[in-house]
Amino acid sequence: MNKKNKNNFTNDQLLKFYEKMFLIRKFEEKAAQLYGAGKIGGFCHLYIGQEAVVIGILSSINSEDTVITAYRDHGHILARGVDPKLVMAELTGRRDGISKGKGGSMHMFSKANRFYGGHGIVGAQVPLGVGIGFAHRYRNEKKISRVYLGDGAMSNGQVFEAFNLASLWELPVLFIIENNKYGMGTSIGRSAAGGELYERATVFGIKGEKVDGMNFFDVSESAIRAREYIEKNSKPYIIEMDTYRFRGHSMSDPGLYRTKDEVNKMKEIDPVLMMKETLLNDYKIQEDTIKDIESDIKKQIKDVEKFSLESPLPDLKELYTEVYL
Amino acid sequence: MKILLPALSPTMETGNLVKWLVKEGDSVVSGDILAEIETDKATMELESPDDGKVEKILVKEGTENISVNTEIALLKVDGEEIEEIPEKPIEKSPPVSSNETEPLSSEVNISMNSLLNQTKENSGGKNWSEKEISMREALNQAIEEEMKLDKDVFLLGEEVAEYDGAYKVTQGLLDKFGSKRVLDTPISEHGFTGLAIGAAMAGLKPICEFMTFNFSMQAVDQIVNSAAKSLYMSGGEINVPIVFRGPNGAAARVGAQHSQCFISWFSHIPGLIVIAPSNARDAKGLLKSSIRNPNPVVFLEHELLYKEKTNVPEENDFLIPIGKGNLIKEGKDVTIIGFSMTVQRILNAHPSIEKLGISPDIIDLRSIKPLDEELIYNSVKKTNRVVIVEDGFGSTSFGSHLSYLIQSNCFDFLDSEIIKVSGKDVPMPYAENLEKLALPNTDEIVSAVKKVSYIN
Repeated sequence: MNKKNKNNFTNDQLLKFYEKMFLIRKFEEKAAQLYGAGKIGGFCHLYIGQEAVVIGILSSINSEDTVITAYRDHGHILARGVDPKLVMAELTGRRDGISKGKGGSMHMFSKANRFYGGHGIVGAQVPLGVGIGFAHRYRNEKKISRVYLGDGAMSNGQVFEAFNLASLWELPVLFIIENNKYGMGTSIGRSAAGGELYERATVFGIKGEKVDGMNFFDVSESAIRAREYIEKNSKPYIIEMDTYRFRGHSMSDPGLYRTKDEVNKMKEIDPVLMMKETLLNDYKIQEDTIKDIESDIKKQIKDVEKFSLESPLPDLKELYTEVYL
Repeated sequence: MKILLPALSPTMETGNLVKWLVKEGDSVVSGDILAEIETDKATMELESPDDGKVEKILVKEGTENISVNTEIALLKVDGEEIEEIPEKPIEKSPPVSSNETEPLSSEVNISMNSLLNQTKENSGGKNWSEKEISMREALNQAIEEEMKLDKDVFLLGEEVAEYDGAYKVTQGLLDKFGSKRVLDTPISEHGFTGLAIGAAMAGLKPICEFMTFNFSMQAVDQIVNSAAKSLYMSGGEINVPIVFRGPNGAAARVGAQHSQCFISWFSHIPGLIVIAPSNARDAKGLLKSSIRNPNPVVFLEHELLYKEKTNVPEENDFLIPIGKGNLIKEGKDVTIIGFSMTVQRILNAHPSIEKLGISPDIIDLRSIKPLDEELIYNSVKKTNRVVIVEDGFGSTSFGSHLSYLIQSNCFDFLDSEIIKVSGKDVPMPYAENLEKLALPNTDEIVSAVKKVSYIN
């Protein structure tokens, strides 16, 4: 990868982004381990392979912007700066979890970090995110509602209702399709007719583009274009991220719908490794600097694991709390 | 040819003759506008059914409450015999049989208004300045007052703005608050309901109107999975202060897809508050409380009650607490429980029940979830007999759950089985007689009361 840094990020900034990507990778690997050990239950959808998307978008984010996504949300809530300990404790279903152990892997939220979940119904987060954009405009806030959806959601009816409303009412919404090629076990070719997914939004008058979602720099530049467009035109924008998940749909997915060769080929463009190589080769950052960052993260993940296993189970009286306010 | 006042909506029984656009002697062709008629929903134009000459105008303009099918003019059509002209113009005719199941209580011996005036519970100890208005106006007032008090409150739905509301509940609100706060949506329930819930998650207080709750089925995933469950699954982080409102249940002959009561559906869901008022006063006080409530509220109105009037306080701080039922008539022999339209059905049956020498406690639940269990159990412990009336399908219904709760909490006090009078387990038929049969009626309520009282 020989990508020029058009965003004028300093080396320190780039290292921060790399640190975040590496954190997500290591966090998810640990989650996979804990799942295998029976410490995490239920569904657990890992973000491994898609790190460049969330961190590339983050690189352009106004910290006041809001984010909403579906069930593959660990990477997103970590990117928003929520303490990984609280996220892992949620996965282990403990009282110190970000949702007090009552949400689980798919249902994590943090108003303080402007993260609105964490939604388990494919497509449902899209109208919700448009509603958050509505609230931004209603209050004349200079914020963008960033709405993530998968390729699977792009064939879900409410998504098109949401596109129509966002465009009709000129709401500050950035739709980001994380096209990882499979909706569970069904490949995109077997689920979506017609051309590119993002083009389905353009018929509602929403401007958009398709980007290499494995490449941090490409993602980052598209996010900056999107931000400028939304701010200038007060209209929604859509980016389709060409990405890939290295793990199954969830931990219980045997992955029989794709070949090992395909997965291995995609691993050659592993977004975390590519970012690292770019930092070493193009930015001449010392290998030791990167190693220090990595070993700090590895240490942090050990603490995260410990915390998530030592935190007690929720108190039984929590069963009946927070049904109503 | 007689020109009769036409029924211009499914629920129209009377209309107002706003204006004649022709005068006697005018020649008209088929399709010419003869007059403007105000219905229960809108002001409509009355077209000439044929070519001819306006022979006689029988009802003066400005006349109100003219029954459907009243002769309002005579048209001389070429080749037709001139019809007999009544001697003097009719200003108001007596009510003719409507297409409603039964007359409402205002036409029988006890009116909702008089009952409400007797129940002090409603007044909260205050002397309100009151005015007799319809439920439609009461709901409109509630929305207007709350929108004035809180700029985070906004209204969205199909035809709520420029059309003035499909049932006129939101009439005039666009003019008062502008298009930023009163928004017409596309016919897109799934999308706009999700949008409204998202806006509520971000701190706004939407009022999301369904033109009828039948259409809420398009959006039920968002109501159940996004609105009701977010507070819990976020560990208290995300609350959803939203009101879903609109008419629920069977109106009048609008068929199976527009005539379902969803009380049992929504009251099944933890996280939702469910309200079903029976009268204008409660509707206003409860809608205001619902808008101020930090939880998602499903506010189920009834189209046939929109025009019914009671005294309603005009003050901003008139609220009726959520979760409080109302003992609207105190008796001693049997507890009859209803809500929304079924309260009217119970009041219609009341004269026949009194004739049996039975004096009932009549409870209007008002709130379905949370439920005023104390009020119910206190009454049952006094009367020892219970009849529950609900419009919804009987199987797996709210009434079934209520009878479970009563037997569970008042087992030693019951002198008879609990009887539930429910809607029949069939899609709502269109034919007038079948629709009537599908809904709870006076005879069924009276029979149930007799049965729990062991009267043959």
